[in-house]
Amino acid sequence: MPKPNEKQLQMILEDMVVARTQAGRLWNLQRQGQVGTIAPIDGHEAAIVGAVHALETESDWVLPQYREPLGLRKYGPEVLDTFMLYNLGHPAGGHIPEPVKVAPSQISLGASIPHAVGLAWGMSLKDESGVVLVFFGDGASSEGDFYEAGNLAGVLKAPVIFLCINNQWAISTPTHLQTAADSFASKAEAFGIPGLTVDGNDPASVYEAVSEARNRATSGKGPTLIEATVYRLGAHTTADDPTRYVPSEDLSDAQKKDPVHTLIHEMKEKNLWSDAKQSEVETAALERIDEAFEKAKNTPLSANSLMDHCFASDTERQSRQRSFLMHSIGEANE
Amino acid sequence: MSEKVSELSMLEAINETLHSEMARDERIVVLGEDVGRNGGVFRATEGLIEKFGENRVVDTPISEAAIAGSAVGLAMAGLVPVAEIQFLGFSYQAMHQIAGQIARLRYRTQSRFEPQITIRAPFGGGVRTPELHSDSLEAQFANIPGLKIVLPATASDAKGLLTSAIRDPDPVLFLEPLRGYRGIRDLVPDEEHAIPLGEANLVKKGDDIVIISWSYQVELSKRVAESLEEDGVSVAVLDLRSIVPLDVEALTQIVAHCGRAVVVQEAPETGGFASEIIATINDECFWSLEAPVARVSGFDVPYPVGMLENLYVPDEARIRAAVLKTMEEE
Repeated sequence: MPKPNEKQLQMILEDMVVARTQAGRLWNLQRQGQVGTIAPIDGHEAAIVGAVHALETESDWVLPQYREPLGLRKYGPEVLDTFMLYNLGHPAGGHIPEPVKVAPSQISLGASIPHAVGLAWGMSLKDESGVVLVFFGDGASSEGDFYEAGNLAGVLKAPVIFLCINNQWAISTPTHLQTAADSFASKAEAFGIPGLTVDGNDPASVYEAVSEARNRATSGKGPTLIEATVYRLGAHTTADDPTRYVPSEDLSDAQKKDPVHTLIHEMKEKNLWSDAKQSEVETAALERIDEAFEKAKNTPLSANSLMDHCFASDTERQSRQRSFLMHSIGEANE
Repeated sequence: MSEKVSELSMLEAINETLHSEMARDERIVVLGEDVGRNGGVFRATEGLIEKFGENRVVDTPISEAAIAGSAVGLAMAGLVPVAEIQFLGFSYQAMHQIAGQIARLRYRTQSRFEPQITIRAPFGGGVRTPELHSDSLEAQFANIPGLKIVLPATASDAKGLLTSAIRDPDPVLFLEPLRGYRGIRDLVPDEEHAIPLGEANLVKKGDDIVIISWSYQVELSKRVAESLEEDGVSVAVLDLRSIVPLDVEALTQIVAHCGRAVVVQEAPETGGFASEIIATINDECFWSLEAPVARVSGFDVPYPVGMLENLYVPDEARIRAAVLKTMEEE
């Protein structure tokens, strides 16, 4: 199995530290009322970053659920810039520009899984070389879309990677109330595709599993389901109070396996990371998110954008509504 | 005009259009249940797999949500999916993908992804189908911004509108009346034939009253209009062809001209698209009315079993009665 080399692990750790650092800033911005609801990434960094580093950004698509964007740094600065617009509630937050192969956050749980299958299928029909990786959680795996899409992908041998990040909680619902199956990976059997469970706190394991799945997909052998087990270290979202249901002893056990701290420790032992490097990465990460936030806040917004992009061009009725809207707020119709 | 035409059933017209569009645009992929080897349960997709191969004509598992959902992905890949939902009533099992994803794809991504997706589905009563095969759901979809809803009433329009639907950059729900598949036959242009979406068709001129309808109910409305001519009532018939986009101008013009109108739909009365038509008439030309606008609808019950079907689906007698009653109003 292809393992990440030391250089790659350094890059992976850097992206994990950036994600963790920026998540903290984002949490504070939400608490100050400056951005909308946020789903913290804490505890998921290794699974997300490890997976993404096994992909080729030029050819491979990532379809996130909604917890992943801070972990997609490898796909370029446009992801964070767009994500900050999204967090502000700006319509441009749904448009990650070409040619970045990342879809915007998906709020409907599991709904992107059939999109991933269709996209992967379409790419293979067009003889394009890439794969599609779709993120979803343990909770989303109970949606019909997961089963329908997994089944279809198996039949079509679509070059898709289903990455189920099992963080043990679907808001307040623990995994034993989510499924009676031995594992989420075991559901692959019903689709006739390989399924495996990996330690999602270890980015090298996730990297290896995704690389292997990618090799399978690009050699025409079809999809793979990977379950990456992690522990949600933060709240479900900024609107959630996990102290109501997460046992504190479980959380403190999980904190001992914190993927960011664990990898920092390992890399320091090997002299591949240092406190100075850590501090440098954190400072740059904060500067970067602050810059993205300022840029987002200064992005112009026209009332016209309420009506834009529903159809390629307005219906007669929409034009009438647009005129009414613009007239009522005293702005010119664009 | 020396345009060549052939007499075709609506089903033949649809099949011919799928053939010609697939030949024209190699990005088109037809997907759905039994659309390949079987040529569709009604044979609407007959011959496609033989001509275009199994990469472009795909028998899917019985998975309406995956059909609609994978169409999103195919469109993201730059292909043009033409999906079939075997019966419109089964679209409930894809509703979260159609309403929650397809219809919003362009808006939520600010046109990064363009949903050039056509979903074909037969619907409508009169052929004694099992449960959920006949339901008229068009008004439910009309309440979802981002979907176009096209409902041909003739074979010629089926060709002209399906051609435009497939070429349209936005998602189009193309609804085909079960009763019309073989029951409606007319002259269809042999050559390319594209009717712009959102143009209603005044299928019969008249001065006293207009019947406004869509899909198979246009056929019944025409018969009623013709029979009433013999009784000295001049009845116009307006076929909306699509309810989104709605041809407000054609609607307003003919209602203002006649001063009286009846709207006919097969769907249940409450929340049906007829209500939207009447509200539009109120907005646009209320003062030209000489009588309240009447509705002929199904009843507010689930689409019934076969032995009750004839009581449910509007027929010529019910349309005729509504027209005559509206003519009597002072």
